[in-house]
Amino acid sequence: MPNNDQNNGDEEIHTFAVLVENKFGVLAKVASLFSARGYNIDSLCVGVTQDPSVSRITLVTSGDINILEQIRKQLSKLIDTIKVLELDDKETAERELVLIKVSAPKDKRSEVLQIVEIFRARTIDISNDALIIEVTGDEGKIGAMLELLRPYGIKEIARTGKVGLSRGAKTLKGLKN
Amino acid sequence: MTAKSSTPTNLRSKTLSGAEIIYRCLGLEGVEFIFGHPGAVLLTLLDLFLERSKIKHVLTRHEQCAAHMAEGYARASGGVGVCLTTSGPGATNLITGITDAYMDSIPIVCLTGQVSTSVVGNDAFQEADIVGMTRTVTKHNYLIKNMADLAPSIREAFHIARTGRPGPVLIDLPKDILLGEAPFQVPEGEVDIRGYKPRTKGHPRQIKRVAEAIKEAKKPVLYVGGGVIHADASKEVEKLATAADIPVTWTLLGAGAFPSENKLSLGMLGMHGTAYANMAVDECDLLIAVGARFDDRVTGKVSEFATKAKIIHIDIDPTAIGKNLPVEIPVVGDAKQVLREINKLVKRQKRTLWHKRVDRFKEDFPLTFEAAEGGPIKPQEAILTLSEEAGGDAIFTTEVGQHQMWAAQYLQVSFPRHFISSGGLGTMGFGFPAAIGASLARPDKLVIDIAGDGSFQMVLQEMATTVQYGIPVKVFILNNYGLGMVRQWQDLFMDRRFSEVGLEVGPDYVQLAAAYGAKGLHIEDRCDLRPAIQEMIKTPGPFILDVKVDPDELVFPMVPAGGANRDMILNDPRKKKPKGRLSALPDN
Repeated sequence: MPNNDQNNGDEEIHTFAVLVENKFGVLAKVASLFSARGYNIDSLCVGVTQDPSVSRITLVTSGDINILEQIRKQLSKLIDTIKVLELDDKETAERELVLIKVSAPKDKRSEVLQIVEIFRARTIDISNDALIIEVTGDEGKIGAMLELLRPYGIKEIARTGKVGLSRGAKTLKGLKN
Repeated sequence: MTAKSSTPTNLRSKTLSGAEIIYRCLGLEGVEFIFGHPGAVLLTLLDLFLERSKIKHVLTRHEQCAAHMAEGYARASGGVGVCLTTSGPGATNLITGITDAYMDSIPIVCLTGQVSTSVVGNDAFQEADIVGMTRTVTKHNYLIKNMADLAPSIREAFHIARTGRPGPVLIDLPKDILLGEAPFQVPEGEVDIRGYKPRTKGHPRQIKRVAEAIKEAKKPVLYVGGGVIHADASKEVEKLATAADIPVTWTLLGAGAFPSENKLSLGMLGMHGTAYANMAVDECDLLIAVGARFDDRVTGKVSEFATKAKIIHIDIDPTAIGKNLPVEIPVVGDAKQVLREINKLVKRQKRTLWHKRVDRFKEDFPLTFEAAEGGPIKPQEAILTLSEEAGGDAIFTTEVGQHQMWAAQYLQVSFPRHFISSGGLGTMGFGFPAAIGASLARPDKLVIDIAGDGSFQMVLQEMATTVQYGIPVKVFILNNYGLGMVRQWQDLFMDRRFSEVGLEVGPDYVQLAAAYGAKGLHIEDRCDLRPAIQEMIKTPGPFILDVKVDPDELVFPMVPAGGANRDMILNDPRKKKPKGRLSALPDN
């Protein structure tokens, strides 16, 4: 991703939930907007909603407040965008799923499995030298777990990117259930 | 056995070919002209132009010009311009025109042929991913993959192009869609796109704040852009300026939004704006921006722009507000509607002191140039003379470069849509095809392309189009045998090292005109200027007037790139003059 060098203040990380038409080419329109204007995409995750005509893009991006405000407006400006929501850390239930292949020879395996248990993660594949661990959680939990696993040797990681829903009964309007 | 239908015939939709559906949809949108260039995938659609006359196809000589003609048509008429080209190179040649329309918010709809859906993605002959390529330079674009989407998409495209902040929309039409068949019914009701509801009405609380700010201001300036012309809000601007006694400056695209002969007018601001416009903006305590976007050619160094002013920004596009500099009172809405509401709240005011100050700027720092008896024709005097002879009713287009800036400085433009220029993208070769589109949109008007020799050489093949259709466009070339604006920068900032800017070899424009079957004239003497212009105007049909001008003339005032507007260079630094910079002016 290109870096934006016109920073007017502190970098912040924001998460946007963008409801878009579930149509051919819409994701490309969103992605092109970011590359054309030099904005960062830290992670991006797309899936259909309860209304099959609508997809939800969860997008994590960074920039100063002016850039983040432009990103919000530019996302809203796309014709295929139905709604843009900024997901506030405190009011959002956020999760990411990560698969981690970690080196775990016999003499280390029990230590690794202990970490898995403490983090309420799961072991989904096991071989002589390695484990695949599935962990779901917010940024803090995943970061902490990766930190603890690193000394054992992380061989491969696959992350889904963050998804989130605002807490409470509040919902995004305009969708068919 | 007889089959009986329970549906009455008039309600049953007819089954039509894709080409036929497109033709009918365009007819329903009120399309008069399509600017295009043919290709094999368009055969069935092109065939319809043979026997029908509702929509006229104008055969251009290059697709880029088709897009610019559509722009010229849209800019002169206020309607939507339409162009049609084939797949592959036909489509890619449109991109410059589309980008130009995107930068200047011009409503055009571009129809491009595409290879059949079954081979899309296979690198077929004349295949190009035009939807992918134009994603960031269109307001919206479509690849039609199902017959059922064809008619609704065309309708949406026109709606999107002409509403909100206008812009180009592209529809890519695979061959099998043109050949296919589908039921067609004339659509009814309003277009409804759930993700697209432009806000036209300004927020009442913000409008009240605007009116209060105007009342409290001692030194306000109105700064109007192309948005005023798109919104047809010139009358409202004039009413506000007159009632609250506010001087008005405009951007390149805002020329014509406010009559230049009005005593409140300051002319254009920015890099090559008038000194008094830039000084008034530098000193104002309230800057009211309407349908303008604080472009870098307007602001100069942003942190030094209108530093003493509270800024009001009225724009239909929320992304334009706060993009380049912070705004105290943002108002999202249609310029006409918002200004009407503001005008209801604004009381009559007189600002004698402020006008005294502004008049002082005008007296001390007017636009000037020096023309010597027996010397070469100065481009500025050529434009002044053209403006006098053509009168206020003519429509002017320009190419891009020095001549464009002189046109913006010296033309008297009294009406919106009478000055048509490529602003944001700065596209050389825009003015001539735009003039052709404008002339078809306003056949009652004299249409003149003010051109440089460099720009005109990019598009001169369209002389054939003017002659073929009898489009009486006048091309007024300020010929300095070079690429003047780049040469100017080399003159001022590169130690006069003139690299790659000489166009000493160019056509004889009189013979060129004759070769296409048009008339032309070449002049070099100052005394021939007025009679030659008169002859150009009274000669029917297309005409090229090639005016040899002083190649050493530079455009002033000028704000050096990245500099603050208040540090604009007023006079030619090559000629020794003691006072050169605005900062020298004492405060009152």
